Amino acid sequence: MFDLKGYGPALLNGAVVTIELAFLSLALALALGLIGAAAKLSNSRIAVGAATAYTTLIRGVPDLVMMLLFYYGGQVAVNMLSDYAWEAYEIDFFFQFDPFISGVVTIGLIFGAYMTETFRGAFLAVETGQIEAARAYGFSSWHTFRRVMVPQMLRHALPGIGNNWQVLLKTTALVSIIGLTDMVRVAEEAAKAERMPFHFFIPVAFVYLALTAGSELFIKWLDKRANAGVIQEN
Amino acid sequence: MADQAPLICRDIHKTFAQLEVLKGISLETRKGDVVSLIGSSGSGKSTFLRCINLLETPTSGDIIVHGDPIRFTNNRKGERVPADNKQVELIRAKLSMVFQGFNLWSHMTVLENIIEAPINVLKVPKKEAIERAEAYLNKVGIYERKDYYPAQMSGGQQQRAAIARALAMEPEVMLFDEPTSALDPELVGEVLKVMQSLAEEGRTMIVVTHEMAFARDVSTQVLFLHQGVIEEQGTPEKVFDHPDSERMKQFLAPKF
Repeated sequence: MFDLKGYGPALLNGAVVTIELAFLSLALALALGLIGAAAKLSNSRIAVGAATAYTTLIRGVPDLVMMLLFYYGGQVAVNMLSDYAWEAYEIDFFFQFDPFISGVVTIGLIFGAYMTETFRGAFLAVETGQIEAARAYGFSSWHTFRRVMVPQMLRHALPGIGNNWQVLLKTTALVSIIGLTDMVRVAEEAAKAERMPFHFFIPVAFVYLALTAGSELFIKWLDKRANAGVIQEN
Repeated sequence: MADQAPLICRDIHKTFAQLEVLKGISLETRKGDVVSLIGSSGSGKSTFLRCINLLETPTSGDIIVHGDPIRFTNNRKGERVPADNKQVELIRAKLSMVFQGFNLWSHMTVLENIIEAPINVLKVPKKEAIERAEAYLNKVGIYERKDYYPAQMSGGQQQRAAIARALAMEPEVMLFDEPTSALDPELVGEVLKVMQSLAEEGRTMIVVTHEMAFARDVSTQVLFLHQGVIEEQGTPEKVFDHPDSERMKQFLAPKF
């Protein structure tokens, strides 16, 4: 077997961190994306404004800067708030920013903005006749949303979701800079200590490749299911 | 209450931006009436049909479904809107619509399309909804296609499935919006045949159509609309054989 010089278990733990981080961030990003798209397509000017500010801000700032800002800036903000609370009201509260949670929140926020645009486009692609038929048969707005708009939207959104997911998965590598021991961080330490960069980074690259290739297959399968009832034009 | 009018429309007006599309249309139906709305494109016949189930909100005028008048109010911008969305949903469930473009839900099979509204809107138990759906699929002659998706069927079959979906609501009135206009000529007949059998059963139907033979042979009332007003109205014999209006005569005149 390929000799990992005793770093095998640490690398494996790092891979688990990477996967956990990716899935939790994805869940957050999907939720934020649905909310953001619903807000952007709503009639409320406040909701449209807030969602537009969110996507413009997030998509305009590099992921790395966002992560540093959120982790270090977030901790400073907590410290300041804690000091103020103690001085003004003698309330004692403090918490340490956890790098894992910071990572999930930052990546979730970033990809929530991309998902917002993916979902927005997908909702707009649903044929009006489909929604009109739901209204004409006495469906409530919620029922129309749940039973007609979401399933039809998903068909249009899946390719975009798949794309965002792959980028998200690779973005998780950034968390090593805020001190989270993911797979990349372990490999970096091992490569430095052993002076064997290829030896440690190539397996890491293959883990990412396996994850992205696997999810591509899964998304193809989902796509096939979502497209049941659609004749593919070739 | 047995012979209460299923649908009464009084003086319906509809204005889009500056354009007045409907200039006061009234219609009273008795149970079992088959009303054909005819007229050239842009005459307002489809808009009138869409006002009946509030896919468009009439700018003024009353709609009374089986004795229940739809309540309206004004929103903040001063536009007229339905006062009670629940009432609108209940009324729509009594007025099922068949669309020109079928509008079957493309992610559901034929059977799923037909049981969706009865189960979720009318709260019919699932088993009963399926039995009902199968009976109506038999009636329109596509029972063997019940597990197909809409895209796997011909236009005529899709429209018959859409009629089964409308029937499964056991509606007070069925609204047909140019049900054969999107079909290939050889598929028109199968849909008209189904519609004729429904008329013979005494179902109340309002049909926007360009099929003059259907309007003449099957209707009990014909309305000829022109530029948002009723130009000619009456029995098919009256409208087709003895029209008063010049427009109607022109409309019927052979084109070539």
